[in-house]
Amino acid sequence: MRLRLLPANPNVQFLKRRMLFFVFSAILVATSVGLFTIKGLSYGIDFTGGIMIEVKTPEPNQIGELRSKLSGLGLGSIELQEFGAPDDILIRVQVQEGGEKANAAAVNAVKTALGEGIEYRRTEVVGPKVSDELFWNGVYAVVSAILAILVYIWFRFEWQFGLGAVVALTHDVVSTIGIFSLLGLEFNLATVAAVLTIAGYSINDTVVVFDRVRENLRKYKTKPMEELLNQSANETLARTVMTSLTTMLALLSLYFLGGEIIRDFAFAMIWGVIIGTYSSIGLAVPLLLHLGVERRTGDDEEKSTIEQTSL
Amino acid sequence: MLKIETWKKALVALICALGLAFAAPNLLDEQTAADLPDFLPKNQINLGLDLQGGSHLLLEVEVGVVVRERLEALVDTIRTELRKERIRYTGLGASATGVAVTIKDPALAERAYDLIRAMESGFDSELLDDGQVTMTMTEQTLKEVRIQAVEQSVEIVRRRVDPQGVKEPTITRQGEERILLQVPGEDDPEKLKSIIGQTAKLTFHLLDHQGSLADAMAGRVPPGSMLLPSIDEFEANGRPRMYLLKKRVSVSGDTLVSASLGFDERNRPAVNFRLDAVGGKKFADITRENLGLPFAIVLDGKVISAPTIQGIIPGGSGQITSGTFTTESAKELALLLSAGALPAPLTVLEERSVGPGLGQDSVDAGRVASMLGLALVIGFMVVYYGRFGVYADVALIMNMVLIVAMLSAFGATLTLPGIAGIVLTIGMAVDANVLVFERIREELRTDRGVFSAVDAGYKRALGTIIDANITTLIAATLLFAFGSGPVQGFAVTLAIGIVSSMFTAIWVTRILVATWLHRTKPKTLEI
Repeated sequence: MRLRLLPANPNVQFLKRRMLFFVFSAILVATSVGLFTIKGLSYGIDFTGGIMIEVKTPEPNQIGELRSKLSGLGLGSIELQEFGAPDDILIRVQVQEGGEKANAAAVNAVKTALGEGIEYRRTEVVGPKVSDELFWNGVYAVVSAILAILVYIWFRFEWQFGLGAVVALTHDVVSTIGIFSLLGLEFNLATVAAVLTIAGYSINDTVVVFDRVRENLRKYKTKPMEELLNQSANETLARTVMTSLTTMLALLSLYFLGGEIIRDFAFAMIWGVIIGTYSSIGLAVPLLLHLGVERRTGDDEEKSTIEQTSL
Repeated sequence: MLKIETWKKALVALICALGLAFAAPNLLDEQTAADLPDFLPKNQINLGLDLQGGSHLLLEVEVGVVVRERLEALVDTIRTELRKERIRYTGLGASATGVAVTIKDPALAERAYDLIRAMESGFDSELLDDGQVTMTMTEQTLKEVRIQAVEQSVEIVRRRVDPQGVKEPTITRQGEERILLQVPGEDDPEKLKSIIGQTAKLTFHLLDHQGSLADAMAGRVPPGSMLLPSIDEFEANGRPRMYLLKKRVSVSGDTLVSASLGFDERNRPAVNFRLDAVGGKKFADITRENLGLPFAIVLDGKVISAPTIQGIIPGGSGQITSGTFTTESAKELALLLSAGALPAPLTVLEERSVGPGLGQDSVDAGRVASMLGLALVIGFMVVYYGRFGVYADVALIMNMVLIVAMLSAFGATLTLPGIAGIVLTIGMAVDANVLVFERIREELRTDRGVFSAVDAGYKRALGTIIDANITTLIAATLLFAFGSGPVQGFAVTLAIGIVSSMFTAIWVTRILVATWLHRTKPKTLEI
């Protein structure tokens, strides 16, 4: 007998619990928006501009020493943190008044102050002009991805499906921003990439269930909508669980072994897989019930296929 | 869906074979791969700067400077010409994009207008009722100036960076006013910044002897002259010594053909230079006419030295000496001068550099993470789907091979986020097969025969697979369009991964499954 994670014919009452899902998601989104407005995000230098230097010190645990060397430079706020290993330190210097040239001067000042014997693993300096652009490009990317997906689903299905998918998608994106705010994780260009990938993954999941809904709409003309939607979610449940698991296996290995730089990125994706899987079943499908999917959806489609083939 | 024509099988086999061939060079070390005969593919994956170490500088050309220079030159010409024609004027000056002058005598305004209008093309000219003449640079000219300045800068940056002996720098124009400079293996951007940080504009000027230096220092600089600081001479109060020079450039560094490290008569480092025929002749003329007078050598708005002309210098060869030259700095100046002056200063907008240690660590970590991820997914698929899981795994491995092959063949750059994209693809690539297999399980429950169930499984899952993957592809495309650098690398591997996973999952496993079914003709199927 093969390994089975689920019974052959699962029958979980997803639709009956939809109010629970809606309330949970509403709280999740509201909390995320609240966190975002009150606590905000800790943006990386990609978006704020500034200086980030990763150094390896000859001895471990020299963070205090480095801090005292740098504190007198008058460069504004300087943060030091251990980065993955006791001899690996990440130094962040705020963006300097006076634009690009002042930033370059600050890097020199830091390097001079640290003196000899330090290995510079990484130096990143982002001026105010570029950080602004990177920020807005990130916003455009996420917003246009959501719109493009809406349009695609609208074309392939019906507007109710498109709207349901986008609500689920937005929920995933907003809650990802929320969790980044809650945990104070750095929000940078790579995070935007992660958010977009989450969007892609989440919609992938939603489309699979929607596809089944559409198929069942054609197959069972008289079945009550709630029952039909629940059945569709259950029929695709095995696949949903399986794909989430394999993706999770790969991501966990990335999280634990992929190195320090990629860790937050992997975390965002792991969160995205969980939330994306949940939102497809918990939000996108039940929303179809409330958005009033019409049965002729299936008929139209079939008719047009017949017309096309008879041409 | 299970009857697959032979030519389709052949095509799939051919694509897989090509994939293996293009991926194979990555198993060899760099040198062995480069030595392969030409008919074999030998491109290896191009590692991004974040993986192999190196510097990335985004520079902006300060085009405004070029425009201003051109306008100031026009102001000078107008002044000289109007004086020569004895036309009295007032309010001559340059604005951000144009020049204005008011002619005092209304009777002469028309003539002055024609005169000025003919001086420069590419300007909109206008004569107002009060005798004011304006020349405004057209949009077209502004654009041309901008493009030319950026292209020229790219060329000069290349000429300055190339002799540094670095490995394959890439220098590309980005947008309208920007240059992206990427230098693999150079993890000290300071060195790069010092060689591109100067415009290295060399000019020779006569000193203004009529004007009073004291007056000029008090703010009354005579028209046609300018006050410039010395680069290395200082007054008692610590301020740099000032020189009053003629604005007019006697000889320009544009005419310089070569510069090299030399030594003066006291054996101190100096820069020897040679001018082309035109510059050489000018140089000879100037030295003949101004024997015994000082002649200033100006670099980027600072006076290097102002030696007295001792004799006529024919042939255009000369030497720049300065008390502060070291062998190093003289050599650098020689390099900058022979590479040519930047048309405008460059500002570093963004700088990212990665040391070789971190790059190697990232590659190692990425390799371990993807290997483990791959092993876990492969194992899980076998445990879960048995024989079909093995087929899916073959497809998954083929998928990895194809990703590597495509990255190598297209010369795409693999970045750290790109590795993350590949690891993610490992997880998501099996999705298409999972969809098919789950569908087959469902169909088997409906009492269909084995063949019919497998056939229906593939047929019905196909639409879903395509819909689901296109949405991810949309996200990857937008990521590429709006992302930059490493993020684009992620988008590329993700997109390649999606396309190749659709191919391997749909075609490779289907052929394997179909072949097995046709050979063994099982009555029942466990999946």
